[in-house]
Amino acid sequence: MATPGRALPQPTPETQHFWDGTKANELLLQRCDECSKVYFPPRPFCPVCASRKVSVTKASGKAVLYSYVIHHRPVPGFTPPYAIAVVELAEGPRMMTNIVECEQTPEALVLDMPVEVVFEPQTDTITLPFFRPAKG
Amino acid sequence: MPHNTVAVVGAAETTRLGVIPELSQLGLHADAAINAMADCGLKPKDIDGIACAANETPVNLAHYLGITPTWIDGTAVGGCSFMIHVRHAAAAIEAGLAKTILITHGESGKSRVGNPARAVHPQSLNGQFEQPFGPMGPPSMFTIPVLRYMKTYGVTAEQIAQVAVVQREWASKNPRATFRNLITTDDVLNSRMIAYPFRLLMCCLVTDGGGALILTSAERAKDFPTKPVYILGTGESAETPMVSQMEDFTSSRAFRVAGPTAFKEAGITHKDVDHLMIYDAFAHLPIYGLEDLGFLPKGEAAGFIAGRNTAPGGSLPLNTNGGGLSYMHSGMYGMYALQESVRQMRGIAPAQIPDAKISVCHGVGGMFAASGTIIFSNQAP
Repeated sequence: MATPGRALPQPTPETQHFWDGTKANELLLQRCDECSKVYFPPRPFCPVCASRKVSVTKASGKAVLYSYVIHHRPVPGFTPPYAIAVVELAEGPRMMTNIVECEQTPEALVLDMPVEVVFEPQTDTITLPFFRPAKG
Repeated sequence: MPHNTVAVVGAAETTRLGVIPELSQLGLHADAAINAMADCGLKPKDIDGIACAANETPVNLAHYLGITPTWIDGTAVGGCSFMIHVRHAAAAIEAGLAKTILITHGESGKSRVGNPARAVHPQSLNGQFEQPFGPMGPPSMFTIPVLRYMKTYGVTAEQIAQVAVVQREWASKNPRATFRNLITTDDVLNSRMIAYPFRLLMCCLVTDGGGALILTSAERAKDFPTKPVYILGTGESAETPMVSQMEDFTSSRAFRVAGPTAFKEAGITHKDVDHLMIYDAFAHLPIYGLEDLGFLPKGEAAGFIAGRNTAPGGSLPLNTNGGGLSYMHSGMYGMYALQESVRQMRGIAPAQIPDAKISVCHGVGGMFAASGTIIFSNQAP
């Protein structure tokens, strides 16, 4: 996906590990050491029990397509129509993404279909996690 | 919290709605505020509390209107901010923090005079974890949960289109509605695709406008020239600024907290409700609202609307001004829903529900981010 002009994230101290992870082709979640909750987006404490004892954990990259829209209006860095999707990771959390290597049509984008993470560098520092139909 | 101890005594919208390039956003606030003060015979010196939402502040309005407040509220959580202002104002009046509170809204949503576009900061959670994937405003974000809802409950695009068709029937009765020509399901399903499965006529208008409310104690309300509209119950909540992080894509947690809180406070059941407003930035919101407020079991609201139960002549009149889909929508619509509830309780709405005694007004802010619910009655305590 050619992506000139796409809005890009600017990491903060609390999220830097996530973006370092995508740059290294790893999708990193966090897990509470006390209550075992796995969560996203990143923060240095558990959103369930407020424990500061949390660990970074590598996700499998496996997910299912949870919901989406196919946007038909122009947005910098995108060629309409394109899907804005939410996937549900095997570990539980959901995240917004784009579905690549797939027709951007309702027929091709079937809810609950298995997808897997792929990493596409955008700049020297930012790599975005996308998902494609699972290959096996 | 108050139960019939506070009333709306002044209520007005801007003199015109629609395209108003001759007024700035601040000017729209002031136009509505002056109309509301005239409605109940008050002057700025009579107001001791002021509330409004972004992009204005209560400081801006206190200065511009010549008000010296003892209470201010700048709660700005999107389109339901005004429901929450009403809730906070009612509590403040009951606590003695102020006696006469003005809540204003003005929004140059179409002409964008004095209303700068708001950007998503790339260091925010939205900026890092949603914006890079191509959403561009509410039409491409508020709609993201809907395919999951449709799959879960077997709801069709035709049924969602019916929400727009029915609300246009209400709008056709309202001289101030932006769109008044009746439409069919086919008209909706053949309108331009915006963000599949949402087409243009399933999305709200973009207009200029404003509105203002004046609240005081129920005891004082009897001395005003207008028919008092009492506040029976109120609720508010928040969930997440990121639509992708909603707990349940088929239901809003903020709705499920705000709505029942208001019903419990009012001490009413759903059968007591004569009139209902559910903020409809998009056609799925009345469906989510009817279910999350407990009017219907999950999965039944789309069929209920398609079955004409919320249409003129139906058992549960809903969005009787035409709603954000047909009446007007300046960006933060909640103030206009409140205005229609007040008109219905005063008995002066263009599409008046005969003998209506209780009106529920439910708002949303952001993309299911926040919620506020107000239950009104015209029956004296």
